[in-house]
Amino acid sequence: MYSEKVMDHFSNPRNVGEIENPDGVGEVGNASCGDIMKIFLKVENDVITDVKFKTFGCGAAIAPSSMVTEMAIGKTIEEALALSNQAVAEALDGLPAQKMHFSNLAADSLHEAIKNYRATHP
Amino acid sequence: MKRIYLDYNATTPVRPEVLEALLPYYRDQFGNPSSVHWAGRQVSGAVEKAREQVAALLNCSPAEIVFVSCGTEADNTSLKGTVDALKGKGNHIITTTVEHPAVLETCRYLEKTGCRVTYLPVDSDGMLDLDELEGAITPETILISVMWANNETGTIFPIEQIGAIAKRHGVRFHTDAVQAVGKLDVDVQKHNVDLLALSGHKLGAPKGVGVLYVRRGTRLTPFMHGGHQERNRRAGTHNVAAIVGLGKACELAMAERESTCARVKELRDRLERGIFARVPQVKLNGHPAERLANTLNVSFAWIEGESLLLNLDMKGIAASSGSACTSGSLEPSHVLGAMCVEVTLAHSSTRFSLGPDTTVEDVDYVLEVLPPIVQRLRDMSPLYNCGKVDACEGCDTVKKL
Repeated sequence: MYSEKVMDHFSNPRNVGEIENPDGVGEVGNASCGDIMKIFLKVENDVITDVKFKTFGCGAAIAPSSMVTEMAIGKTIEEALALSNQAVAEALDGLPAQKMHFSNLAADSLHEAIKNYRATHP
Repeated sequence: MKRIYLDYNATTPVRPEVLEALLPYYRDQFGNPSSVHWAGRQVSGAVEKAREQVAALLNCSPAEIVFVSCGTEADNTSLKGTVDALKGKGNHIITTTVEHPAVLETCRYLEKTGCRVTYLPVDSDGMLDLDELEGAITPETILISVMWANNETGTIFPIEQIGAIAKRHGVRFHTDAVQAVGKLDVDVQKHNVDLLALSGHKLGAPKGVGVLYVRRGTRLTPFMHGGHQERNRRAGTHNVAAIVGLGKACELAMAERESTCARVKELRDRLERGIFARVPQVKLNGHPAERLANTLNVSFAWIEGESLLLNLDMKGIAASSGSACTSGSLEPSHVLGAMCVEVTLAHSSTRFSLGPDTTVEDVDYVLEVLPPIVQRLRDMSPLYNCGKVDACEGCDTVKKL
């Protein structure tokens, strides 16, 4: 059902946890749909230096969370904003069609965190 | 890697005795039981023997047994066949909110064709209020359909009392007994059942065979039209080998049910006690006492069921979940929803269903590997220790999903 890359990121998720005094925090999802993603950012000179996540959800929610953190680290804010849900899913070699919904949350929560960073660091 | 199967409510392995009994009917004894010649005669006796074995288990006459392809077909035939046969009498059906989709979706379909359906609610243990059931009966009521035991939680309904209510009001009574046969005393006389569905693969027979019990004198429009098989109740060539296997499985169930269930209950209780002792914030889903001896449905607060299942699967453990992710929709189990289980807890629900082959070692292995998996997923969850949700309290239920 899941690709090898999904199972890899699901069983060994990267960058799990929280960042103390983060520069940005984003949360998307809804417990009643069975998925919540929370992303924490550290930003220096407009570059994302650290990302951590916490996710409540199934394999198709946890793996994209892990993947998006890997993809975002080292990117500028502008580059990270250009990161699409599609790109996250592709980096995972795809997700089952009925679960694409979950991959959508990963980039969305990153973008929410960036929005929060911009709002708090004018 | 160890392989531990704890999903017997989903399906069971074919028992060796059953396989042995049915294999000749895939080899030399290939005839069509409807044929008059030697090849047909060879197998017609086998189908009739199986009919007797099933009838003995259900305490009915062999003539009241109709072989069908699965439990879903038996449920569909019971509901649609009753609605058609009794359309002169009324069009109201009473059922429950926690039925298997084979009944629920059939009711939804029948509503579109003009039937009125009452879906009885359940309490937080998944139990029915019998006064409410009796109060729902109207002169238009033609059928009460209540499952014997719930597939997700194992909660057992008071079928004997429901049968008595149905009899008192002269209303036909159908029960989906797919999870009950082989695990409980399913006696259609004692429980006053008119129509009953059972499925072979839940009790060690192959997939693709089931039984519809039809009490003598019950008018029922057939679902399948065609040949004269099954006394015109169900057209279509008999699935001979599977029917023979089902007969054997029923014979074994009759002989072993009580001893097997006692053993399985001990193991289930060991698993239940072990989980509650080792993992904090766990909620039992289902009735604490009136529950199938093999079923344990629990919610591990703050984690999602499918991610737990995948982790268990990596350790060789097969279980099941009521989370949306495993149902292919965004909504978690309708059964837990009907029981007013809080929605994140419904997504967290995990069902372990044990069987005759489950061992103490299996249970102890689960108890060893489960707690660290739960903790790892909780550490990853934004709901855990966030102070927002205090799960597993009675007050934590919401009325609607």
